[in-house]
Amino acid sequence: MSNLLDLLVAGLATGAIYAIVAVGFTLLWQTSQTINFAQGEFVMLPAFLMLAAMQAGAPFWLAILIGILLSMLLLGLGFKMLLVDPMLRHGVLPLAIATMALAIGLKEAVKQFYSAEASPFPSIVPTGDVEIFGRVVALQSLGVLALAILAVIGLTALLNRTSVGHQMQATAQNPTVARIIGVPVERMILLTFLINAFLVALASLLITPIYLAKFSSGEVLGQAAFIAAIVGGFNQVRGAIAGGLLIGVVDNLAAAYVSTQYRAAVPLILLIVIILFRPQGILGRPEERTV
Amino acid sequence: MTGAAKYWRIGFGVVAIAALIIVPMNFNRYGLFILSQWAVMTIAAMGLNLTLGYAGQVSLAQGAFVGIGAYTAAIMTTQGMPLVAALGVAVMLCFAIGWILGYPALRVQHHYLAFVTLAFSTLAFLVFRNEDWLTKGIYGISNIPRPVIFGFATNRPLPFYYVCLGSLGIVSVMVWWLIRSPWGRAFVALRENPIRALSLGIDTRRYTLMAFAIGSALGGVTGTLYAPLTQYIDPVPFNLSLSLDLLMMVIVGGAGFFLGPFLGAMIAVLLPEWLRFTEGYYLMLYAVAVILLLIYSPSGILGIADRYLTERRTKAASALRAVAKARLEAAP
Repeated sequence: MSNLLDLLVAGLATGAIYAIVAVGFTLLWQTSQTINFAQGEFVMLPAFLMLAAMQAGAPFWLAILIGILLSMLLLGLGFKMLLVDPMLRHGVLPLAIATMALAIGLKEAVKQFYSAEASPFPSIVPTGDVEIFGRVVALQSLGVLALAILAVIGLTALLNRTSVGHQMQATAQNPTVARIIGVPVERMILLTFLINAFLVALASLLITPIYLAKFSSGEVLGQAAFIAAIVGGFNQVRGAIAGGLLIGVVDNLAAAYVSTQYRAAVPLILLIVIILFRPQGILGRPEERTV
Repeated sequence: MTGAAKYWRIGFGVVAIAALIIVPMNFNRYGLFILSQWAVMTIAAMGLNLTLGYAGQVSLAQGAFVGIGAYTAAIMTTQGMPLVAALGVAVMLCFAIGWILGYPALRVQHHYLAFVTLAFSTLAFLVFRNEDWLTKGIYGISNIPRPVIFGFATNRPLPFYYVCLGSLGIVSVMVWWLIRSPWGRAFVALRENPIRALSLGIDTRRYTLMAFAIGSALGGVTGTLYAPLTQYIDPVPFNLSLSLDLLMMVIVGGAGFFLGPFLGAMIAVLLPEWLRFTEGYYLMLYAVAVILLLIYSPSGILGIADRYLTERRTKAASALRAVAKARLEAAP
């Protein structure tokens, strides 16, 4: 029982990070039909930007700031202008393939220009343990969880409570009508790309201290985010959040109770079952098919 | 097609085949290995092209079928059974699994289908890695023998290259026949408009499953050739990135074009080799090249050629029309 609590906290902490990445993923899908196969690499890159800034002599807080700004510039604005915009009108598949190529390019660039080895990364949450209700819990898990929850609350508030958020939702649901009623659709799409870039930078900041900074670390993360997005519901932000938390917990429990060899299989089987029996995801709404 | 264009095409085909047979004769071991790899991967890409390019079903599992074929061949031939028997078993096994994998495609489309097949791909990799009793896990299976065909041993690189090339030739002829048959037409109908295809009386259910099964079986063929080509297999080459690579080959070459997989595989297998002089940068350059190509022509390399030919044909047709019109007006 006590062990279960530890697993739950650790699972929720990684799950919250998956949720952040998955939310960005679904935002891009909703506003611009972009399936970003490089999303995992998008999480991997900002950590290296921050490490590079620190090597250039910047203090940690400044490095974080530089990392987030650079990632919004490169992975938000640059990604949209250079890759998505020219390809969007050609349909979903060529763009998806192009993001696969981008994933290879990003991995190789980091390997070539930074290092092929795993690098340690400072934690923004103090390490150590705290005692809650007589249980020892890693402070890092709690800190990650708290920051991730804050990010999710902030995003939900932005989407549901502000005018800009409503305009973004309108853009996602029906761009044509949104344009007619005066929503600056183009600007809203750009905004979702910037938000995605911010979210992946945040996820990078939270997860890299746990798993180290490595050029190939995006593969696992990207896949976890895809699964989270689909399990929760591809077209709903709250679906992606639920999916992320669920996958994080399931993954941790599977490692403890199924087998370490097949832990990766459990979320995948969950994914297949969900797609076959409830393709719109746990919280999603069905997408109508057009003739 | 005009008669001259047809002869040009046949002439080009004969020259290409002759070059593939004659030129590699004085290649070194490594050159032959790369060329054999091209021939072998082209077969898997052709299978995926049937599933994706003709029938329009996205699959991210082709690498897993190559793995299933490779492990079938490795396990059976190291037990002393002939490669042909392994080929039969691998094709049947991949056909059956591909058929089952097609069932999700009856319910979901596009990105959902991509993720189901992606999950299958990763699950297959986990089985290759973890079922030690069958696949020897991460240690892999070594000393995979190369086949003896009609009394000729194919241990040396050049004869085995001819085995790969010959297999590619046989598969090409079969696929060429298939896409021209009513089945191939039905696949295209499935891609272009599934609901209309259904209303025309095409059993879309059966053809969807068939598209998956045949495409997967060709992945199995690649596997049975890949195992004796490398003579050692472990799980690593059959992870998700092989499936992604194969998908990229099909799209870059030109999905839905018969020659697409040949070109796509050539770029995926040979371009990194040609860029090797750039050392660590070659995969990066490869990625950039793929992105630029897709921005310029989302329908791949053959898409560019197709666009050019269509333009020329329209111009020629409108020129003919203008002449005809002038003649009609001149006539009293």
